[in-house]
Amino acid sequence: MEDQFIKTDILKPENIVYKKTSLMTDKPLSYCPGCGHGTAHRMLMEVIDEMDIVDKTIGISPVGCSVLAYDFMAIDMLGAAHGRAPALATAIKRMWPGHFVFTYQGDGDLAAIGTAETIHACNRGENITIIFINNGIYGMTGGQMAPTTLPGMRSSTSPYGRDVTTMGHPLKITELVAQLPGVYYVTRQAVHTPNHVRKTKKALRKAFELQKENKGLSLVEIVSNCNSGWKMTPVNSNKWMEDNMFPFYQLGDIKVDGKLVVKTETSEKE
Amino acid sequence: MGELRLMKGNEAVAEAAIRAGCDGYFGYPITPQSEVMEYLMAERPFERTGMVVLQAESEVAAINMLYGGAGTGKMVLTSSSSPGISLMQEGLSYLAGAELPAVIVNIVRGGPGLGTIQPSQADYFQAVKGGGHGDYRMLVLAPASVQEMCDHVKLAFDKAFEYRTPVMILSDGAIGQMMEKVVLFDHIPRRTDEELIKQCPWASNGRPKTRNHNIVTSLDLDPAGQERVNLKLQAKYREMEKKEVLFEEVQCEDAEYLIVAFGLSARICQKALDLARAKGIKVGLFRPITLFPFPATQVSNVGNRVKGILVVEMNAGQMIEDVKLSVGCKVKIEHYGRFGGIIPSPDEVLNALEQQIIGG
Ligand SMILES: Cc1ncc(C[n+]2csc(CCOP(=O)(O)OP(=O)(O)O)c2C)c(N)n1
Ligand code: SF4
Ligand SMILES: [Mg+2]
Repeated sequence: MEDQFIKTDILKPENIVYKKTSLMTDKPLSYCPGCGHGTAHRMLMEVIDEMDIVDKTIGISPVGCSVLAYDFMAIDMLGAAHGRAPALATAIKRMWPGHFVFTYQGDGDLAAIGTAETIHACNRGENITIIFINNGIYGMTGGQMAPTTLPGMRSSTSPYGRDVTTMGHPLKITELVAQLPGVYYVTRQAVHTPNHVRKTKKALRKAFELQKENKGLSLVEIVSNCNSGWKMTPVNSNKWMEDNMFPFYQLGDIKVDGKLVVKTETSEKE
Repeated sequence: MGELRLMKGNEAVAEAAIRAGCDGYFGYPITPQSEVMEYLMAERPFERTGMVVLQAESEVAAINMLYGGAGTGKMVLTSSSSPGISLMQEGLSYLAGAELPAVIVNIVRGGPGLGTIQPSQADYFQAVKGGGHGDYRMLVLAPASVQEMCDHVKLAFDKAFEYRTPVMILSDGAIGQMMEKVVLFDHIPRRTDEELIKQCPWASNGRPKTRNHNIVTSLDLDPAGQERVNLKLQAKYREMEKKEVLFEEVQCEDAEYLIVAFGLSARICQKALDLARAKGIKVGLFRPITLFPFPATQVSNVGNRVKGILVVEMNAGQMIEDVKLSVGCKVKIEHYGRFGGIIPSPDEVLNALEQQIIGG
C-alpha cells in the first residue's frame, strides 16, 4: 500500500529531476557492479540525446568488456574486430561525411592490437571521436596485463607486478597521438564521482560538436576502474585509481583547439 | 555497345568499380595489383561519381574499412595480392559472419611467404575453402581475361548485395598486368542515400526515430543463437550452389579427353587444346568460372563421358580435389602444375596430357 502511495503521489512528471535517457536500452548492463563502463555509456548517450543527432550517429563498439555496447546504446552500431574500430570509423565517416561517428574502445583494443589503426586514423585527422576507456587491464579476458598497466601493477599475466625491464613501460598513447597534427582535441577524464562525470559529459559534448566543424579527430580518454580485474571492491578500486592511476595518467585537457595544453600547477591538481 | 578500350586487367577492375557505382575503395599497395589504386587516384572518381578512394595503412586496416563501409550499406571494394589477402583473412571471416556485402580482388602471386611477384593460382584453397576462421564461404569468381576482370566486378557487387556476402575475384598477376581490349559497360549511378536505405534496411547508418536501432555484428554468445547464424549461412551457401554456378565448356561434345582449368591456366589450355586437335586428339576444355560454388554436377557430367582428365593449375594441385570429389573415381584424373610464378606453356600442357593421360 505504501508503494502505491509513493508511485502516485511522488512520481509525477513535474517531480522528476533526472531520468534514464531514452538512448539507453532497457537491457541489463553486462558490466560488473561498480564498473565505470556503464556510466561512460550513459554520458555518451545523454550527449547524443541532448544534441538530438541519433538519426545521424553511427557508433562502433570494440572487442573488450564493452563488446556488447550496441545492446545498451539505442543507436545504430557496428561491432568491430579487436582493435579495428578506427578503420571502420574512417571509412564510415568518409562515406557519410554529414554523420557523427564515434568509436568506444578499451586500452587493449586501442593501444595494443589496434595501435596502427589508432595512430593512422589520428594522423589522417579523421573527423571522428574516439572514446578511450583506460582501465589499465584486459577486463574481458580476465585481467591480463594491458599496454597501460602501471609499473609494478599485478595482473594475471604479470602476477608479480609489471616489470618494465622485461614487459615494457605503460604506453601513454593519448599523449602520443596528441602530438599529431590531425588530432584537434584530446582530454583525459574520469567517471567515478559526480564531479568527474559532469566534466566527462562536457568533454564528450565538445568532441561531438567539433565533428560539425570538420576540425579533425577528437579523443576523450576516460581513466576508469576495473574492480574485477584489479581484484578490489568497487570503492577500493576507485580509491586505488585516484592514488595510482591518476598520478600517472593525469586528468585534464591535453590538446585543445589543435594546440597542446601547457600543464600548470593548478591544472594538474584535479 | 559500350566503350571499347585497351586496358590492363588491374585498370579494368578500377574502371569497372567506378562504373558499377562503387562508393569506396580501400587498399594498400602490393605488386602485382598496385595499378588498381593508382588508376583510381589518377582518375579522381571522387570528382567523377563521389566515390571515396583511400590508401590504408595496411591490408588489415583496408579490410576493416570495407567492413565499416559495408556495415552502413555502402558498395565497397578492395584489391590486394596474396600476402595482403592473408592479412585480410580475419576481416573476411567477420564480413561473412556479419553478412556484409563487399568485393575483394586477389591478384594472386606465387607463395608461400613473400614468394614472388609473378602470377600464380596457389591461393585457390584459401579463397574457396575458407581462409579465415569459422565455417564460411565466399562466392569466388575466376576471370580469364581483361574483359571478365571488368564484368566480374559488376557481377560481384550484384551477388554481394543479393546474398549479403563477401565476394572474391580470384585472378592472378598475369591477368592483372596484361593489356587486352575491353568493352566497358555503361555508367551506373551511385545509389542515393534513400535508395541505399531501401536496399539495406539492416545497415547501421543512423537510426531514424521511427525504427529500432540496427546492429552489425558477427557475435552471438549464446551457442544456440550462434548455431542459428551458422545454419543461416549454410542455407545461403546451398542457395548459391543451386543458382550461381558459372562455367564454360569448349569442344566438350565429342571430347575423349578433358582438361579442367580456371583463370589464366584455362587461357593456356585453350591453346593446348588447339594444338591437340590439330594432331587429331579429341580434347575438350572445362573452365569453372565460379570456384565457389564449384560446378560439380557440370564437370561430373562431362568428366564421366571421357577417358581421362588433366587438371591444369598454377599450383601444386588444389582445384583437382574438387574435380575428384565431383567426378568420382571411375575416370583417371591427373594434375599438371607449375608453381612459384612459372606459367606453363601450351606445349608443356599437351605433353603432360599425352604422357599422363593418353599414354599413361
Ligand atoms: C584477435 C583477437 N585477439 C584476442 C582476443 C581476445 N580478447 C578479447 S577482449 C581482449 C582484451 C580487451 O581489453 P581492453 O581493450 O582493455 O577492454 P576491457 O575489457 O578492459 O574494457 C582480448 C585480448 C580477441 N577477441 N580477438
Ligand atoms: S571486468 Fe572490469 S572492465 Fe569488465 S565489466 Fe568487470 S569491472 Fe568492468
Ligand atoms: Mg582495459
